[in-house]
Amino acid sequence: MAGISREDVAHVARLARLDLTDDELDRFAEQLASVLEHAADVASLDTAGVPPTAHPFPLSNVLRDDVVSPSLDRDEVLAMAPAAEDGRFRVPRILGEAP
Amino acid sequence: MTSAGDIARAVRAGARSALDVVEEHLAAVTRDDGELHAFNLVLGEEARAAAEEVDRRVSAGEDPGPLAGVPVALKDNLCTRGVPTTCSSRILDGWRPPYDATVVGRLRDAGAVVVGKTNMDEFAMGSSTENSAFGPTRNPRDPSRVPGGSSGGSAAAVAAGFAPLALGSDTGGSIRQPAALCGVVGVKPTYGLVSRYGLVAFASSLDQIGPFAASVADAALLLETIAGHDPADSTSLPRPAPALGDVLDEGVDGLRIGVLRELVDGADADVAGRVTEAAAALEAAGAKVGEASVPSTSLGLSAYYLIATAEASSNLARYDGVRYGLRVDGDDVNAMYGATRAAGFGAEVKRRIMLGTYALSAGYYDAYYGQAQRVRTLIIRELEAVYSSYDALLAPTTPTTAFELGAKTDDPLAMYLSDVCTVPSNLAGHPAVSVPYGKGDDGLPVGVQVMAPALAEATMFRAAAALERSLS
Repeated sequence: MAGISREDVAHVARLARLDLTDDELDRFAEQLASVLEHAADVASLDTAGVPPTAHPFPLSNVLRDDVVSPSLDRDEVLAMAPAAEDGRFRVPRILGEAP
Repeated sequence: MTSAGDIARAVRAGARSALDVVEEHLAAVTRDDGELHAFNLVLGEEARAAAEEVDRRVSAGEDPGPLAGVPVALKDNLCTRGVPTTCSSRILDGWRPPYDATVVGRLRDAGAVVVGKTNMDEFAMGSSTENSAFGPTRNPRDPSRVPGGSSGGSAAAVAAGFAPLALGSDTGGSIRQPAALCGVVGVKPTYGLVSRYGLVAFASSLDQIGPFAASVADAALLLETIAGHDPADSTSLPRPAPALGDVLDEGVDGLRIGVLRELVDGADADVAGRVTEAAAALEAAGAKVGEASVPSTSLGLSAYYLIATAEASSNLARYDGVRYGLRVDGDDVNAMYGATRAAGFGAEVKRRIMLGTYALSAGYYDAYYGQAQRVRTLIIRELEAVYSSYDALLAPTTPTTAFELGAKTDDPLAMYLSDVCTVPSNLAGHPAVSVPYGKGDDGLPVGVQVMAPALAEATMFRAAAALERSLS
């Protein structure tokens, strides 16, 4: 398994919606490479025929009865938001300007 | 130090006032927490009011419950209604949850008195409590050392006598490792035994809430109080809380105990020596002791760090400046997300989000995340095979005693290696407990870990209680 380049780190940071500084890009490239090197024995293991485990115990969907029950108070929840308006969360512009 | 059990008995009988009990503990916090920094927030007024209510109920002839008047400290990733819950992160600045975690409600219903929210590694990511946005916690046994992590504040609060009981969360060892380093008892229950509703999620297939206490009996009392099915958590097992107080005196006669070779071999000699002594003590008490081997534990740490960070990268996507906490403005929503998360998360949280995002990204998913999930299967299979010959396993909780502040902060991999003995139980969903067992060559506490198969808490507590008795 090859190391992780500075460009890889920048790409992953964009996927993760993290603005990283140049220093952070350099440092994370080095540190992630060292962690991934330690994980090389996992990555290269022959696991033919071994199923993956996503969860310690078998789970099936857990459904409750379809009855109305109290939920969180809207105003109390919105009071914790950085910005709210007319009973909704307020966010900056999502779409670009029309051409 | 008075035990939680003794406090509750005295308060229920009207022999002690809950208010006096809480004042004693708050006085200890005032005296010592300036240096130790176990707490992010001390809830003095709320604790006094809760204690007065317990006293009022006792006077009125009512029974406030099995934890009547017992001070409890809560890790600051457990939601408390109207009370700041920070996860020791800037990104939750100002957030006051609109609800209580299920475990918090159960504590209040049992008459316990919440005295404060404890410091932790940010979002439970760390092994030393140095990754807190609010500064590190120090080890009460030696303030130049770390208390372990991520639940370092809860471990320190119990070790320092600030509260006889505390709750933490354990994703890869975050209860057991600090318990070992601070010389207290710490329990990671079977996955699903304790509701995670209201626990801020780190890695949802691994996270479990559990107790800290100064004794095995107190840890059992706290676990009995918080365990049991909760419809608000779909991964909560549909079964009642186990009865544990009754099994503590049963002894270990005939129990088959395996000493986990790979983990003993990887520990410092003084720590390994305590595990050998613990095995001899159980044998002297009637257990059949042998050597057990789980070869894939050597792969467990890497598998854990790939799975936990992958789940974390998804869970922490919710901190986006929209619904709670910090927002740093930007021209559009993506600029706001990137700037908010850059300003709100500390270095270790960013590092783990990056590792997890990478492990899940196109081209690397099979090589890292998929392989880690297959190794998880191998570890579960090997543990299940070992448990056909043994009822419980013994291992070190940590490879070393408490290290000095700053010793590993520049080397993330070295810090991760402190979790090597604890991650197998999380990957398998099995219970494990760390019991203080003597000292290392440096005079600092050593923890011996008892591991057991899923839902075998009763067996695990029998062995833990026998270890504790062998020291007295």
